[in-house]
Amino acid sequence: MTDHATAPLLCVRGLTTTLRTDTSEFDAVSDVSITIGRGEAVALVGESGCGKSLTALSLMRLLPSVARLSPPTSVTFDGVDLATQDDAEMRKARGRKMAMIFQDPLTFLNPVMRIGDQVTEAIRVHNVLTKAEASQLALESLERVRITAPAQVMRYYPHQLSGGMRQRILIAMAISCKPELLIADEPTTALDVTIQAQIMDLLADLRRELGSSMLLITHDMGLVAEYVDRVYVMYAGEIVEEASVFDLFAAPKHPYTQALLKSSLSVDRRTEVFETIAGVPPNLANAPKGCRFHPRCPVAIERCAREHPGFTDMGNAQRARCLLLEEGA
Amino acid sequence: MTGTRLLLYALRRLLQAVPMIVIILIVNFFLIHSAPGDPVDVLTGSMETSEEYIAELRAEFGLDKPLVQQLGIYLWKAAHFDLGYSMRYRQDVTGLILSRLPATLLLMGTALVFSSFLGIMLGVFAARRPYSLSDNAVTFIALAGYSMPVFWLGQILLLIFAVQLQWFPVQGMFSLRVPSHGWARFADLMHHLALPAITYSVYHLTLIYRLTRVKMQETLTLDFCTTARAKGLSEASVVRRHALPNAMLPVVTVIGLNFGFMLAGSVLTETVFAWPGTGRLLYEAINARDYPVLLGLFTFLSLMVILANVLTDIIYALIDPRVTYS
Repeated sequence: MTDHATAPLLCVRGLTTTLRTDTSEFDAVSDVSITIGRGEAVALVGESGCGKSLTALSLMRLLPSVARLSPPTSVTFDGVDLATQDDAEMRKARGRKMAMIFQDPLTFLNPVMRIGDQVTEAIRVHNVLTKAEASQLALESLERVRITAPAQVMRYYPHQLSGGMRQRILIAMAISCKPELLIADEPTTALDVTIQAQIMDLLADLRRELGSSMLLITHDMGLVAEYVDRVYVMYAGEIVEEASVFDLFAAPKHPYTQALLKSSLSVDRRTEVFETIAGVPPNLANAPKGCRFHPRCPVAIERCAREHPGFTDMGNAQRARCLLLEEGA
Repeated sequence: MTGTRLLLYALRRLLQAVPMIVIILIVNFFLIHSAPGDPVDVLTGSMETSEEYIAELRAEFGLDKPLVQQLGIYLWKAAHFDLGYSMRYRQDVTGLILSRLPATLLLMGTALVFSSFLGIMLGVFAARRPYSLSDNAVTFIALAGYSMPVFWLGQILLLIFAVQLQWFPVQGMFSLRVPSHGWARFADLMHHLALPAITYSVYHLTLIYRLTRVKMQETLTLDFCTTARAKGLSEASVVRRHALPNAMLPVVTVIGLNFGFMLAGSVLTETVFAWPGTGRLLYEAINARDYPVLLGLFTFLSLMVILANVLTDIIYALIDPRVTYS
């Protein structure tokens, strides 16, 4: 109990998620280790299809039937390994200890259920309350996400709301039980740019109010720079670099991270032509041997095609999976 | 507010059904006139008749009037629920149909409720364990049931359960010696109802089962079910509160549309089990060339199908908030 306050909230080690298709089985997420401290905001970035969302679903154990967790996965949340818990215990953790905010606010809301019922349900599943009490708490949740006229919105159906409003509803449901960890899976991808900033600011404020930690899953480097403390970069199902947000932007170590930063637009780097990463992410059912990035890597050496790189510690809690770092280049 | 809007919506849908009914009546009218033979010939038969008498008869039945005027008279009478007179039963057609209606409604209502309820239950059961042994077993039985002709199934059931095992009566709605009222009469009715109701249900049940299974399986993979699970809901709650109400939308439509098919199916079932309803009346009318009854039934059955469709629309509007009433 002594290390309760100092121990990290979430400690993921060796997270491996296996996908089964008609013809093959492969690890779509392999050996992912993520640590999130109490009150810390951490980002998981990478291209589409790199396994970010699958990682989030793995943490919540909400995987589709074709996917399963494989050894040596351990997901220690507040001292308890969620990966080995039975389903009933896991259900108690979902929504109460860790809550998730999803990408597309339209499809993630039940179209034939009133907003009020959907938010109230999130509260009642974890608390023994009367309908009126839960309804009052739901109203407070809507107020907290700055919904105007919340009592009226409670009676609406999802199709009667705008995209930004729907995302606020999803956030209201996620924070309704004051979870210790918020997992936000591309929470602003489906929204207009002006609404994006509002939603991200709201998330930052709520996190401060509740003292929650956050795992932000995104491909938007602009959001990363502004809203998180530490970053994990993911490529082809594995973490390739881990650093504080300052170190990552100042001195990215992995060639993939460097390419990713170059390919995102920046106001203070007035480039006329912005760079793209050549090639496409590999098909994981048939992942490249050696370093998974080597076929697209501009600085790959002969060793990269043979050896799968481990992490090289760069000091200051920054590390990256690159053989060049090992060679001291 | 919503209540008034829904009522207005229902009224408008009913009004929209009126032109449809008129079109059906007109089609039925021309069906009579395109049928071979002159009604007067049928009336006089082989009797020697004078030209004057025939003209008199024509005048009496309004057959000397222009076709358009005859159509007007026909529509006017139909609007007053006068569908003509049956020579065979010596009764007006409307009264005849109404006297046969309760038997059909009882059989059909029982079958519709039973098959929809069981079909949905089995569909949900199978969707929660897709491609398992129990799912495959239910699906196999359903496919067999779906492929069976109603009259064949009815006769097989009769042979096994009524003739061989003698668990159920062979035909009719009541036994010959039966108490005129009370629970005993009700029990006798249920005893007679069982086999025809099961026969009548099989096709509809398998249809609803298959549709529910597919829709449920699909809905359970949708994003809002993931949200529900992320809230910490049990799988049973996700099914009951989120997946089922959404998966039921197309099922409700099909149940409503099937009303028409079930009316048509009542001819076979009622004939096999000698059930005294409108289906058997239709069969008897065909055999007796009783045109007024036949056409009266066509009109009446079309009316029922239209009403069922309007009712389906209203129920759909009630369960899907995305349907706009305006």
